[in-house]
Amino acid sequence: MRLVCPAGSPPALQAAIDHGADAVYVGFRDQTNARAFPGLNFTEEDLRRGIAYAHARGRHVYVALNTYPSPSGLGAWEAAVDRAAGLGVDALICADMGVLDYAMRRHPSVPRHLSVQGSATTHAALRYYRERFGIARAVLPRVLSLQQVERLCEQDVVPIEVFAFGSLCIMVEGRCQLSSYVTGASPNRHGVCSPAKSVRWIEEADGVRSVTLNDRLIDRFAPDEPAGYPTVCKGRYDVRGEVFHALEEPTSLNTLELLPRLQAAGVVALKVEGRQRGQAYVASVTRVWREALDRLARNPQGWEPDPAWQRELARHAEGRQTTLGPYHRSWH
Amino acid sequence: MRLTLGPLQYFWPRDTVYAFYREAAQWPLDVIYLGETVCSKRRELRTRDWIELAHELADTGREVVLSSLALLEAESELSALRRLVENGRLRVEANDMSAVQLLRERGLPFVGGPALNVYNHSTLRLLQQDGLQRLVLGVEFGRATIEELRAHTDPLPELEVAGWGRLPLAYSARCFTARALDLAKDDCGFRCIEHPDGLPLTSRDGTPFLTVNGIQVQTSGACDLGPELDELRAAGVDLVRLYPQREGMAEIVTRFRRALDEAGTLPRHGEENGYWRGTAGMLRIDAS
Repeated sequence: MRLVCPAGSPPALQAAIDHGADAVYVGFRDQTNARAFPGLNFTEEDLRRGIAYAHARGRHVYVALNTYPSPSGLGAWEAAVDRAAGLGVDALICADMGVLDYAMRRHPSVPRHLSVQGSATTHAALRYYRERFGIARAVLPRVLSLQQVERLCEQDVVPIEVFAFGSLCIMVEGRCQLSSYVTGASPNRHGVCSPAKSVRWIEEADGVRSVTLNDRLIDRFAPDEPAGYPTVCKGRYDVRGEVFHALEEPTSLNTLELLPRLQAAGVVALKVEGRQRGQAYVASVTRVWREALDRLARNPQGWEPDPAWQRELARHAEGRQTTLGPYHRSWH
Repeated sequence: MRLTLGPLQYFWPRDTVYAFYREAAQWPLDVIYLGETVCSKRRELRTRDWIELAHELADTGREVVLSSLALLEAESELSALRRLVENGRLRVEANDMSAVQLLRERGLPFVGGPALNVYNHSTLRLLQQDGLQRLVLGVEFGRATIEELRAHTDPLPELEVAGWGRLPLAYSARCFTARALDLAKDDCGFRCIEHPDGLPLTSRDGTPFLTVNGIQVQTSGACDLGPELDELRAAGVDLVRLYPQREGMAEIVTRFRRALDEAGTLPRHGEENGYWRGTAGMLRIDAS
């Protein structure tokens, strides 16, 4: 299994490579990717250097162009495809069919990966993308149980990449309009979820902090209560007279203990989430997963997760909790 | 513009569903969409029941379309989808790429549902090659994007826009109704049936915010484009969709029918229209 790690900046890319990523995925500094945050991502020159750094060490760089352009915006996405291909990236990660089609026709030799945002959950859907756009790999949405992932791998339509670690989208990626409903900015169109410019923290006299998104109350925190970033899905709301995390508690995905099963299933790549995270996160998470994968390769039968790995990963988990997420039926 | 009844998004008892569609058969609608689009565990009507009901409704001379599930996870759901696609008579509204693929493999023309990600003319053209004849626009689509699509696409398929009802905003592997009732999804007791219009979710300051409907999250109120019908006409929208709700559906259909027949608009009865104006969906911005 190849380890695919995130980089939101050149130092993060270098950290991922130095700590053992087989491939690093990045985005341009615009709306063409699903982490279009201020101060994040790569200029053309950054990418050129990043690719040189990775290739010199036998590693790969993928470029995510995984948002959905409007009719008038399509040209900018096509230009980004050309730019990435011209720089010699090892794969393009796309969701929009128009972008995939363009990439296939214009740069047939650059492998195309179906982004998680493409939301393909069955072998029929994967067949569509393979037949139509010749995809070389598909990243599965974080909605399938491990058994379902195993079955999809068995069908062998296209090599499968799954999310292994990082923040957890509770909704099917590519089909969530909660941010757009509240803020007008959507992951699909703008590459952002619940953007910081729409967030407002209000401190009350008693020390209680309220957080709103475009003036809609997402949560309220007691003075010493840890407060997370207010994406719509992670707020606390009232349903049937009870206030709780009605959609999702702030947790992170951590599949470390599933590693042998993912390998046995035939998953070809593991993805670490977090292009918005810093260099330290990338270095530490990459190091742990590299070690885990190497140890699995050496001793597939006797492999066990090292408690030190879990402690290290837990440091980076959102809300300091980790979960097997949808891979585990009881989570559903 | 023609008037359509969108698929029932909620889980109602079998008899209630049949009674609802018996009534709907009498309403002045041009198209009826039906089928389970949210959760395959809802089996008051099984796939074959939906197909049979659809065929009966079609016998009255009305256009009927079978809507497919938006999120497929299990092999059994693909089998159900196959039965829908091979119903032998009626078009299918494809709500995910699995449906598009099964339809395309069989050379069957189809309606593209709102849960497909169609954001530009290039994607639309590819789907038209696959057999798409009509596109129900995704919830984020507003007037400006339709105009853009029109400027870039020739020929355009028929365009349908949701004019009334709670809009589907998100789908998950997790069931939010089960979560709210502290039940495991695998042992949910099919409790959605107790909430014929979904479960209201409010902000902690009491503001109505969203609706929980099994694995789906919807807007809290019914989106209402009745006051914007003139703009829909001007944008070249071909069909206006009304989503079923438990009470008052006959009246809603009648109201929209009259406005369409008279080429008029309606006073606002429902909620927000932000998406239509190209802004946050929850914002209510009346035409000035």
